[in-house]
Amino acid sequence: MNPGVLTIYRWELRKLRAQKRTYLGLGAAALVPIIFVVALAARNGQPEDVAFGRYLHDTGLAVPLVLLLFGSIWMFPLITALVAGDIVASEDRNDTLKGIFTRSVERHQIFAGKALATFTYAIAAIAITGAVALVAGILVSGFNSIVSLSGTRVSATEGLGLVGLSLLFYLVPILAIASIGLLFSTVFRNSAAAIVGTLMFSLLVQLIGILPGLGGLQPYLLSTQFNAWQGFLRSPVDWEPVLRALWVCALYAAPALIAAVLVFLRRDVAGD
Amino acid sequence: MVTAEATPIEVRGLVKRYGDLVAVDQVDLDVEPGDVFGYLGPNGAGKTTSLRMMLGLIRPSAGSVRLFGRDPQVSVKALEGVAGFVEAPSFYPYLSGRENLRLFAALDGGGAKGRIEESLGIVGLSERAKDRVGGYSHGMRQRLGIAAALLREPRLLLLDEPATGLDPGGMRDMRDLIRELSASGMTVLLSSHLLAEVEELCNRVAIVRSGRVAYQGSLAALRAEAGEGYLLRSPDEARARAVLAAQPGIRDVTVTEEGTRFAAADEAAVGALSLALAEAGAPILELTRRHATLEDLFFSLTEGDGVGPAAERQNGGDPAPAPVEAA
Repeated sequence: MNPGVLTIYRWELRKLRAQKRTYLGLGAAALVPIIFVVALAARNGQPEDVAFGRYLHDTGLAVPLVLLLFGSIWMFPLITALVAGDIVASEDRNDTLKGIFTRSVERHQIFAGKALATFTYAIAAIAITGAVALVAGILVSGFNSIVSLSGTRVSATEGLGLVGLSLLFYLVPILAIASIGLLFSTVFRNSAAAIVGTLMFSLLVQLIGILPGLGGLQPYLLSTQFNAWQGFLRSPVDWEPVLRALWVCALYAAPALIAAVLVFLRRDVAGD
Repeated sequence: MVTAEATPIEVRGLVKRYGDLVAVDQVDLDVEPGDVFGYLGPNGAGKTTSLRMMLGLIRPSAGSVRLFGRDPQVSVKALEGVAGFVEAPSFYPYLSGRENLRLFAALDGGGAKGRIEESLGIVGLSERAKDRVGGYSHGMRQRLGIAAALLREPRLLLLDEPATGLDPGGMRDMRDLIRELSASGMTVLLSSHLLAEVEELCNRVAIVRSGRVAYQGSLAALRAEAGEGYLLRSPDEARARAVLAAQPGIRDVTVTEEGTRFAAADEAAVGALSLALAEAGAPILELTRRHATLEDLFFSLTEGDGVGPAAERQNGGDPAPAPVEAA
């Protein structure tokens, strides 16, 4: 009975649990909402020009939503890249590929295990930010109803469901970023280059979005998909950005993953 | 088609090119069951690159590798019953020695997990197994590498310079271990640049130079090939050489720093020579039998000036490898 992807996945998680960077990423995911809420409680002002900003003092439900908006610029891409960009490159750094490639698992299984572990970490990061932001927000601003983007008032419980749904859907572009991080990690064989590369990619895509004359590309940029969850906070639900995010993110993630797998399968594991 | 009789390692026409550099050039190897096979050559001769190709870590530019009849380029299934390491074995520095072995055992499947403690014991690391590998010495990592290989219960063990960086005690332990493993029936391929190590452990050798196999065969045949000869020292070298040249049964006269070396048909010819030298008025300071050392042969094969026919040949004692065939 040969081991499979599940065995590798479990061990990749175990390796992540033994590394500092994992806690750095997840720690940031927990700390940022706390700092945000503390700052909010200390001062009366609030960001007016951002969606849900004006409700921050009315309901804790607004806190995770505002963080999702701010976090898409670089915080969540960075937290994701921290592990995605490292998970293959760290094997190069420690020269450990030769060890795991000469056991009884095929290279594609190893890659699949690594990709699943990366996605698990990214999901954990978003879940932590969401949970901490909700709890801290509710403690400070209360568990109250929220006004949707269409101007209708939504009850607290229904609002909570919508926040959960938004967090869940936020994973779609996050996993696309993770896929790109995996590609860079595989190709660059260097953690720092892969992490910076992933972040640069994310920022460059946003730059394209604000260049004059390129506005037509806006709906198809990866950065735009980070706002797709707002479709859930309209009444009725605006499915158009939601559905588009699904296929646009797939168009970013699939080629990146396929390219990464091909490189991983074919690469020579030679010394330096 | 893995059978007990299948050849552990069969390499045909193996080539690895990096741009213009040919790291491994048309290597043929046959490692038979029970061999402790020395893959001997100076640093940079392409030994590690060959081993990487044998383990499926890098793709050959040409040629093929079969381990017990299976191609490691196709699937890791070819590594069933095969273990080893290239260069220094590497581990996850943030995990303990035991955790590292647990990881490898998990990737091996089967009963590997149950062999962790035994393997740690064999290499003498049980006491330190709970410490992070990041704090291990080079020698400890080397031993952990062997332990990691033993988890697979290999029938074939490939070791790349296993004694490198070990202190004399560590080297002795490593050699003892290899000897024990071989005695237990394991076939071993040992790459080394240390002639003494290979001489001590191996029954068969391939000597490589600049990516090519300069000699392949049994150590006994290589020793025979090195042959024996005689050394003559005389204060009147010119006169002595004239006598040598004229004497029947004396051949292969060469002048070395030590004195004049030659080969003789038999001892009687040497006796006759001593009389002839005295008669000619060439005093004898020394006339002794000398074994050409393996070292001489090794250097002549690997540095190769004036090696003549010794280079690029397969030893007659072994079946000549079949011509290169497409994979």
